[in-house]
Amino acid sequence: MKKLINKPEDVVTEELQGIAAANADLVRVQFNPNVIIRADAPVQGKVGLVSGGGSGHEPMHGGFVGLGMLDAACPGEVFTSPTPDQMLDATKAVDGGAGVLHIVKNYTGDVMNFDMAAELAGGENIQVEAVVIDDDVAVQDSLYTAGRRGVGATVLAEKICGAAAEEGRSLSDVAELCRKVNANARSMGMALTSCIVPAAGKPTFELGDDEMEIGIGIHGEPGRERMKVEPSAKIVERLATPIIEDLPFEQGDEVLAFVNGMGGTPLIELYIVYNDLRKLLDDRGITITRNLIGPYITSLEMAGCSITLLKLDPELTLLWDAPVKTAGLRWAA
Amino acid sequence: MVDVAETETASRRMSVAYDDVVSWVRAFAADVSANKEQLTELDAAIGDGDHGINMDRGMSAVLGKLDAADDEQKDIGALLKTVGMTLVSTVGGAGGPLYGTLFMQMGTPLGGKAVIQPEDWLAALDGGVAGVQARGKAEPGDKTMIDALIPGRDALQSALVGGESFTDALRRSADAAGQGMRDTIPLVAKKGRASYLGERSAGHQDPGATSSHLLLEAAAETWAA
Repeated sequence: MKKLINKPEDVVTEELQGIAAANADLVRVQFNPNVIIRADAPVQGKVGLVSGGGSGHEPMHGGFVGLGMLDAACPGEVFTSPTPDQMLDATKAVDGGAGVLHIVKNYTGDVMNFDMAAELAGGENIQVEAVVIDDDVAVQDSLYTAGRRGVGATVLAEKICGAAAEEGRSLSDVAELCRKVNANARSMGMALTSCIVPAAGKPTFELGDDEMEIGIGIHGEPGRERMKVEPSAKIVERLATPIIEDLPFEQGDEVLAFVNGMGGTPLIELYIVYNDLRKLLDDRGITITRNLIGPYITSLEMAGCSITLLKLDPELTLLWDAPVKTAGLRWAA
Repeated sequence: MVDVAETETASRRMSVAYDDVVSWVRAFAADVSANKEQLTELDAAIGDGDHGINMDRGMSAVLGKLDAADDEQKDIGALLKTVGMTLVSTVGGAGGPLYGTLFMQMGTPLGGKAVIQPEDWLAALDGGVAGVQARGKAEPGDKTMIDALIPGRDALQSALVGGESFTDALRRSADAAGQGMRDTIPLVAKKGRASYLGERSAGHQDPGATSSHLLLEAAAETWAA
């Protein structure tokens, strides 16, 4: 294992110390239990947005704390759900009297820990709603699985709901909006190489030099299919087709196209993927009106990408365009 | 000369005291630590490969709590609640809420008790299993920890109803949990990350059922005499 770390057991703590030092204008960091909190929280009268998950997906979620996005993020150990005491502290820290929305990615541990946190927060008279994001079409959604995984749509939901909360919308409105984003977004990812969890010290899975995994999860969970590496245009077709067919996205739709890097893939390749995606969508009469390209929901040093499409309407587009000021995503009005 | 009646009493334990429960928790922590690699490898095959690491981190924290605990009260229920809360706040993943809930719900019927009888232990297991099922929404056969816990609880109950000694009933409970654990091998997972594998999850023993077997095995061994 070659990594820029000191000791595997200190990875999360030292990362958080770095974030606290680098982004003191945006956030404050609480240790034990670990929470990244917006510097000016709680914002009175505003719905608080809390998310969280295992570490190793940076900038998600801690890099999305700030104006127009999250009010707090709970970082777990690498690829391990955070715990209810972190989530409770986060919820209390951001409650400005209008309630708190938990944005939860659909993984068994995350869902159960957030459930417990919501119960605890209820016991302290804080109104909490939770929305579970499950946009990964690589996983079959059935009674016989834990359901689709939450991936790229999480970033889009955090941005859009953050803007809505900033406008002063109510908890139930922001929660409804979050469900709308989830309902209109679909994703799928692929890997060219494995990731290495620092505490494990070895690759999560083995992949030959000439192989790729289609449908990979953001923790290196197995995908749909392992096959020989193909040109970008062909890979984009393998990812975009199930996405388009699942919702389905149709001719005339306007979409936000999010080409996400898994951590080890350079931007030059992500732009090639975007170009292939643009052509594919063009052919189907689907128009990209907004885009996001870069590593936003990563899987440590995994090479690969994921594609997320979100069907836009005027409301979602306006909220996407609203100002945001976080370490990971930042633009003015 | 050894009195026969006394030997009978010694080999047929009728109750468990506060300090025995502490010994059981410590034994479970030692077993988790000793089997950390195995639990992690089982999890790597069908999950995300952190079960051993996470449980060991949690049980180490529990040991720290036990060392610092004020156990003047000798309240077994309060002890198990502390164990559960510690696991919830240190394990993370799915194991934290599930094992945390298990210990906390086991503690509920034992509140205020310094000594527990066999039927109290059964009530504790029953409450714990119900809590785990409510939290994780798993059914028997879904390839989860309850596939070890439910047979363990049921075997304890039948043995006690059949008039067996507590010691023997604990042994049957642990053995049934072990059988339940091995019976998870051919199952297709329907809960947790393993469920994403579908049919590919068959052929692997469930890591949660494995750690749950360790828990009941630790009780049978610690309270054997």
